[in-house]
Amino acid sequence: MLSLVNLIKRFGDRTAVNEVSFEVATGQTLGLLGPNGAGKTTTLSIMSGLAKQDSGTVTFDGRVVLPGDGFFKLHVGLVPQDLALYEELTAWQNLELFAGLYGLSTPKFRERADDALSLVELSDRRSHKVNTFSGGMKRRLNIAAALLHDPQLLLLDEPTVGVDPQSRNAIFENLLELKRRGKTLVYTTHYMEEAEKLCDRIVIIDHGKVIANDTVHGLYRRLPPSQTAFLQIDPPISNDVIARLSGLPMVDSVILVPQGLQIESADFAASLGPILSVLNGAGTRVAAVQAGGANLEDVFIYLTGHALRDEKAPASA
Amino acid sequence: MNTTAIWAIVRNDLRIFRTDRRAVVVGILVPILISAFFGYVFGGTGSAETGKIPIIVVDEDQSPVSQAIADDLKKDSMVSVQLLDREQAQKQVKAGKAQVAAILPKNFGDDSVRALFTGRDKPKVEMLIDPSQAMSSQVVQGLLVQYGMQEITKTAFSGTTGTDRLADYVKQLEADSARQPQAQDLSNLLTALRQVNSRRSDSTGADATGIQRGLTMPYDVTSSTVTSGNDVPYNAYAHAFAGMTVQFLLLAGVDAGVVLLLLRDRGIWQRFRSAPLAKSDFLVAKTLSTMLIGLFQTFVIYAAAIAIFGVRINGSAAAFIALAVVFCFLNASFGLMLAAVGRSAGATRGIAVMVTLLMVMLGGAWVPSFVFPKWLQQASLFVPTRWAVDGLDAVTWRGLGFDAALWPIAVLAGTATVCLAIAISRFKWEE
Repeated sequence: MLSLVNLIKRFGDRTAVNEVSFEVATGQTLGLLGPNGAGKTTTLSIMSGLAKQDSGTVTFDGRVVLPGDGFFKLHVGLVPQDLALYEELTAWQNLELFAGLYGLSTPKFRERADDALSLVELSDRRSHKVNTFSGGMKRRLNIAAALLHDPQLLLLDEPTVGVDPQSRNAIFENLLELKRRGKTLVYTTHYMEEAEKLCDRIVIIDHGKVIANDTVHGLYRRLPPSQTAFLQIDPPISNDVIARLSGLPMVDSVILVPQGLQIESADFAASLGPILSVLNGAGTRVAAVQAGGANLEDVFIYLTGHALRDEKAPASA
Repeated sequence: MNTTAIWAIVRNDLRIFRTDRRAVVVGILVPILISAFFGYVFGGTGSAETGKIPIIVVDEDQSPVSQAIADDLKKDSMVSVQLLDREQAQKQVKAGKAQVAAILPKNFGDDSVRALFTGRDKPKVEMLIDPSQAMSSQVVQGLLVQYGMQEITKTAFSGTTGTDRLADYVKQLEADSARQPQAQDLSNLLTALRQVNSRRSDSTGADATGIQRGLTMPYDVTSSTVTSGNDVPYNAYAHAFAGMTVQFLLLAGVDAGVVLLLLRDRGIWQRFRSAPLAKSDFLVAKTLSTMLIGLFQTFVIYAAAIAIFGVRINGSAAAFIALAVVFCFLNASFGLMLAAVGRSAGATRGIAVMVTLLMVMLGGAWVPSFVFPKWLQQASLFVPTRWAVDGLDAVTWRGLGFDAALWPIAVLAGTATVCLAIAISRFKWEE
């Protein structure tokens, strides 16, 4: 459906987007991951036709997209990172404006606005002014405003940023519903767990470059075979026992955590026997062993060498 | 042209204006209040009594002549007179409590009567003037000339002092008549005049036929204001409302431009730009919404002017509407031009407000342009606000027809078109 080929965008001396290429298939949900300032928003701006790339092409259903392309705009819905709402007006009045921009007739607008408000669960607040809404409700209305013209492709720029966990869950449910309806979603975030649950494919961007483009499972396969396990123990053990565990072959680290131990080992199957033996010798009972797994955060650290949310961001990307 | 989108933006801007109480207060109530103040200060509806000039007379002579002049001044409707000594007079003028003090020196009566015949040794009337009220001193000087001549000649040709002085002068003329033939003729004339005055019996200064003794003003002045019709008094509120409407509409235009600059930094700007909306559609919509808000403000302000302050559109109503429309077009395009050329909202607002106030001042919105120096009156013709104020004056209190508004309409429409052209060419839509 949408294809980006060798996109480059510079702001002065800084290259915000550096030869970015990827594709989004119809009905697919693609997560664009990266720290603040990685180039996600700039890439999204070029994808939506708002910003003009210095070089490279964007094609939509086989036709090249140029800034101001009216046909393309009719098929794309943009959910900006900043709340794009008039707070002094009601939810319905906001939607009325945005529907007007797409030339929707009054009956069509009513039908679509009802549907969009229902999807984001704000039907009962349609006549309320936006400045009376919570942060999460504003975010949901921000999404509803992009759905009025029934776009095939929805570009969402950090739609859950700055909201409480409950609201994030609600927004997440809205996005899952859009996915069920067959919409193609491109979704920028730095919340790995959201991307992991929602996205069919993930593109990781850092310093303007694509450093990975794969499915979630594909990304995990790139990690080296390191294993983590949690052992629930009783009673707690002494530092001397921890030192003995750390000295075992194949054991990389032993950390005392509430109600147990977190042990990292290159080959956990081989090291489990000696670990249990040391603990038995110390009179400690092992109540449960739980194998731990890697997450996308680990993948990101492995690929980039730094954590996702530690990056100090340049302002404009 | 995407009319659905244009209407959506216009309707939205009107809704925002309606919910913005500050805009309604600043855009409608404040101009009405300021117009009311300026209108009242500059004469109101013309029916109220205008303020008298506070003056002081210092009568150091205490002669019948000086007392009569002071009495005449007291009766005059243009001045309110206090009689004080020199020291008090100086304090009062310095404090701004009196605008002028006229000091009639010792022997003023005698000396002035003598000087009337001889032209020599004239007494000096000293004037103490508040420098901020220089116009008032000219009014007082004029009144002193009028009442001084009246009272001095009356005394010269009828009073005891005057009769003695006249007799002395006649003797002197007769002594000179051998050398100057005209001196004898003048002596004969004055002798005859003395005889006429001596036969008058009453002491009011008028004879049985009612003819005043002494010199009087040989004519009476009547004045009538030339306004929109007979018996239609000048209403100073009409000019004040024209000026303040122009000022506040322009400031509303500046505000619209600044809001547009601020919009660029908001997510909503991305939403506008991600919609299938052309730059021209967006600018047309913004022009229309600012114009409609401006027209609403104009009509509400003038409704108050008509209902409360007696302002009337005595000229062409069609011209008034046309002027309102083109001026609202100008303030909308002026705001768009600011949004197109401005870099940051803060800096643009500061510069724009300064330029607007300058235009408004030069346009005669605060004080009428006819009080400007000649060169400034000519220069102000290059300021569109001058045409707007003059046009509104023409169709309100001057009561002129559509033809009087043609030039203002043309100049305002032309300026608005230039502003809009600059806005269209410089407005950044793509990034």
